[in-house]
Amino acid sequence: MTPPREAGAGTGGAARQAASAEQTWELRLYVTDRTPTCVRALANLQRACAHWLPGRYHIEVIDLAENPRLAAQDQIMAVPTLVKMRPPPILKMVGDLSDTERLLVSMQLRPGPAR
Amino acid sequence: MNGVIWPPDAPDVRMMGRTDMTAQSEVLAGPVLPKAPTGIRGLDEITRGGLPQGRSTLVTGGTGCGKTLLALQFLVAGARDYGEPGVLVTFEESAEEVAANVASLGFDLDGLQRDGLLAVYAFRAEQTDVVGTGAFDFSPLFLLLDDALTRIGARRVVLDTIEALFGAFEEQTVVRAELVRLFRWLKDRAVTAIVTGERGDGDALTRHGIEEYVSDCVIALDHRIQNEVSTRWLRVVKYRGSAHRTNEYPFLITAGGFSVPPVTAVTFDYGASGERISTGVPWLDQMLSGGLFRGSAVLVSGSPGTGKTTLGAHLIDAACARGERALLILFEESPDEVMRNMRSVGLDLERWVKAGLLRVWSVRSAEFGLDNHLAIVSGVVAEHTPAVAVVDGIGSLLVGHSRGEVSLMLARKFHLFKDRGITAMATVLTEQDGETAMGVSSRADTWLLLRSVETNGKRRRLLSVIKARGTAHSDEVREFVLTGHGVKLGDVSAPGRDEEQR
Repeated sequence: MTPPREAGAGTGGAARQAASAEQTWELRLYVTDRTPTCVRALANLQRACAHWLPGRYHIEVIDLAENPRLAAQDQIMAVPTLVKMRPPPILKMVGDLSDTERLLVSMQLRPGPAR
Repeated sequence: MNGVIWPPDAPDVRMMGRTDMTAQSEVLAGPVLPKAPTGIRGLDEITRGGLPQGRSTLVTGGTGCGKTLLALQFLVAGARDYGEPGVLVTFEESAEEVAANVASLGFDLDGLQRDGLLAVYAFRAEQTDVVGTGAFDFSPLFLLLDDALTRIGARRVVLDTIEALFGAFEEQTVVRAELVRLFRWLKDRAVTAIVTGERGDGDALTRHGIEEYVSDCVIALDHRIQNEVSTRWLRVVKYRGSAHRTNEYPFLITAGGFSVPPVTAVTFDYGASGERISTGVPWLDQMLSGGLFRGSAVLVSGSPGTGKTTLGAHLIDAACARGERALLILFEESPDEVMRNMRSVGLDLERWVKAGLLRVWSVRSAEFGLDNHLAIVSGVVAEHTPAVAVVDGIGSLLVGHSRGEVSLMLARKFHLFKDRGITAMATVLTEQDGETAMGVSSRADTWLLLRSVETNGKRRRLLSVIKARGTAHSDEVREFVLTGHGVKLGDVSAPGRDEEQR
């Protein structure tokens, strides 16, 4: 359950893009209950993934209301928080993910050129 | 639960042995507010019993000021001594770092956590990995706190440093709104909280203005270097609905933790003693109608070489001869010098040191900050429990310190002695400070003046009693002779009365 703490080493542009073509995106979305913001964030995320990473993503939704102490363990201060576990590096993004462009660029959800 | 009710005739306060704070002029100010004691005695005095129960207090200051320590001591005291478990959420350090930092002070955070009296959560609030967009909230923090409230029954909360959240998220307006919601949430659950903040630029209490939201109580800490001596200061900036002292008070970080030396009371309700004790000089006792009142304060001022220290040594010698403990604090000489000098006038103080009755402590005034000095005195007094204390050469405190600071410190020191029923004598050089003696004279119950005059080609020492509260005292001027067997007072025939000042 605990995500690895260290960011992966693969930050080199070309190598990552080549690798990412075959990889599956493992994403975690931390929420608390089904608040409107959290529901919206999940919808925004699913839509972006379906469009940009068809068949190559997995979203795990973690409800902190069920285990509040996980927040300290996983260092989640705010919800919704999206954590990209794979491919490296691990990235965090807070908010309802309504800004699709920023979501794609910041979280590197696109196999294409990032930033 | 477990709050301290002000005024102090409430049983809780008596239980804590703090009956010395009955400042009548201040008790009546404001409605009676339940308080949560911090366990830091001096701070509980200043705040008249502790922090506002069920409310949030902002503790603000620069880096390394002791904010975290104050907050932790409040939590530990609550968990350990007041039956109020606590939860710490830190945004600055890891849980291990926090525990390690306070372990040396004897705070066993791990043990308290095992006993279910404390919960510690650490967040590293850095913006490096958080890219914030759109709406979000701090529900995880609320859930975490709520979990601690129900799981261990936490009644105290510390958020250290909450302002780190501003650095972690781009959307400052959201952070602000969430903090307002958090403070309201804490208030609704009636937990007593300490929220720490970083001092801002200029006069700003905090960097992000969170004092606007935590409005019940604000405590500011400061750390200044004066004359190469570092001193820490604490001030209660605001305390809604409660009387509190508004001065800046020095505090210390000692082996025992955050320590605020006892404070000058506005009251003089010490339960004046009618018992007289000997000064050790029979003639002087006679001039004072039988000696000094036990627990009173005596000022001895005089020009150099008039025998001030000797008078103090007599007081100590007499006390120790009665089997009482004594404390001698020297600002100008070393213990060895004083022992030798006193031996030459027939006073053997060394035997009292050996007998464990006398504690001698020599201080170079510039070595310590005044607050350190006071705290150490306070510690020695608590440990040695003297019946008599002599502070020799207080004038040298003026080296490197302002008059106001010295005067305040001496007032606090005398209060400390009086508070414990200790008969105290301070000596000061008149040449250094005229006769006002740094404002001490007004606090002294008895004031003895020593002078030297030359008559018939001979130098003579003269002693007069300038004042002696509650005593019919002699108006005479006596000759004061230092012999091989101590001080002798004699009749004075020659010296002109016109010299005398009233």
